[in-house]
Amino acid sequence: MGVDQEQAGRTIRCLVAKVGLDGHDRGAHVISRAFRDAGFEVIYSGLHRAPEEIVQATVQEDVDVLGISILSGAHDTLIPEIIDGLEEYDAFEDTLILVGGIIPDEDEDELLELGVSKVFGPGASMDEMIQFVRENAPERE
Amino acid sequence: MSDLVAELLAGKHRALARVITKIENHEPGYRELVSQLHEHTGTADVIGITGSPGSGKSTLVDKLAATYREQGLTVGVIAIDPSSPFTGGAVLGDRIRMGSNIGDMDVFFRSMSARGTLGGLSTATTDAVKALDAFGKDKILIETVGAGQNEIDIVKTAESVLVLVPPGSGDDVQMLKAGILEIGDIFVVNKADLEGSDRTVQELREMLGYREGRVPSTVGHHGTSDVDATIEGSDADDGWEPEIVETVAERGEGVDELLDVLADHQAYLDSSGRREQQRRQRYAEEIRTLIREDANKLLVEELEAQGGLDNFVQQVVDREIDPYTVSDSIVEPIADCLRERRDESE
Repeated sequence: MGVDQEQAGRTIRCLVAKVGLDGHDRGAHVISRAFRDAGFEVIYSGLHRAPEEIVQATVQEDVDVLGISILSGAHDTLIPEIIDGLEEYDAFEDTLILVGGIIPDEDEDELLELGVSKVFGPGASMDEMIQFVRENAPERE
Repeated sequence: MSDLVAELLAGKHRALARVITKIENHEPGYRELVSQLHEHTGTADVIGITGSPGSGKSTLVDKLAATYREQGLTVGVIAIDPSSPFTGGAVLGDRIRMGSNIGDMDVFFRSMSARGTLGGLSTATTDAVKALDAFGKDKILIETVGAGQNEIDIVKTAESVLVLVPPGSGDDVQMLKAGILEIGDIFVVNKADLEGSDRTVQELREMLGYREGRVPSTVGHHGTSDVDATIEGSDADDGWEPEIVETVAERGEGVDELLDVLADHQAYLDSSGRREQQRRQRYAEEIRTLIREDANKLLVEELEAQGGLDNFVQQVVDREIDPYTVSDSIVEPIADCLRERRDESE
């Protein structure tokens, strides 16, 4: 008796975001599906999003994790814009920011300095990413 | 008042987002949050949009939101998608269609997973609507899970219900079936540029004509007759006749007309006293649900204190006791307690 049918408690919410003029979303789809199967709630942005849209979605959806997939090489302009936007709306501190894609090593250091928690390059395994999210999803008051 | 509620009332988007998260997760303290919000609610129009998967709900919601924004109104959207019954995970994809409201923070769009609930909404939807209402949104649009025939929970939350029916949704017998077609205040034949749209409109019209036991004049053995064949049914609900509107949401066609009909319905809700009646029903239902849940928790606690369910089950299996006696032994002491208190206060 009294067993609640609905799930209670915290569910990890992730936004999988594609920014800029990069039309390759196979990876984003694969990750969305893997996250779903890991029990996360995944909001997929769709292709060709502007940084302000990603900010809007991150703030409104109150996601724990923002995963940005970017293969166009424009990460060094787009990601700082997103982070500035998140700061403006008080959403930077408690959002785990991940970047997936092809990022040169020297750029990776820059992104980490900006506040990206981890960069996943080609060959990163799904299990590794899911594990990282589970361990690092921010605690919230 | 909590800081979070104060920030929400002051118009901070992040606070609104966080309040909805707490409601969704049933985090400790969420009940206090919702109670504090209650006195600030009651000003928004709540509109439900339902229909089968792929009928164009998200696209229509996007266009409705954009048109309301042109009129200077603020909009809140809650879009619900199904969750996996196996992992609890979900992919929430309704946001992809929100192309007309890019970067406009005055459209607050929130994706929700149904979190295992059937019926097309999630248990948190009603409280999330309160948060948007208290925030000051003028219009709140709720997009349900892609609904089949029986996901009709939306009527319990929305004041106006739009049911989207894509062309070619089956024959006229489908239209006779109970369920979703009974709940529409407005039927939207979306994708009206597709083949079969006229026929769907015709079938819907016929279906609506049958309401309350009338024989619509469109039906006759020899075409339409001159005689008024309408047989009056009960006059119980004399007010609103559901309307049918054709749209092509993707191109924005028919959206203005739909909004006119929607405004008519809202006006009808006010003039007929129906809105007031709906509110009363809604609060009554909410109170009932809360009492049921809270009482349930209390009883589970008592059950545990008396040795737990398994213990009683074993005794029932061993024929030492029967289920009715078990229930009495849990509930009776509580009932006695309450009766005693009532007597004292009299």
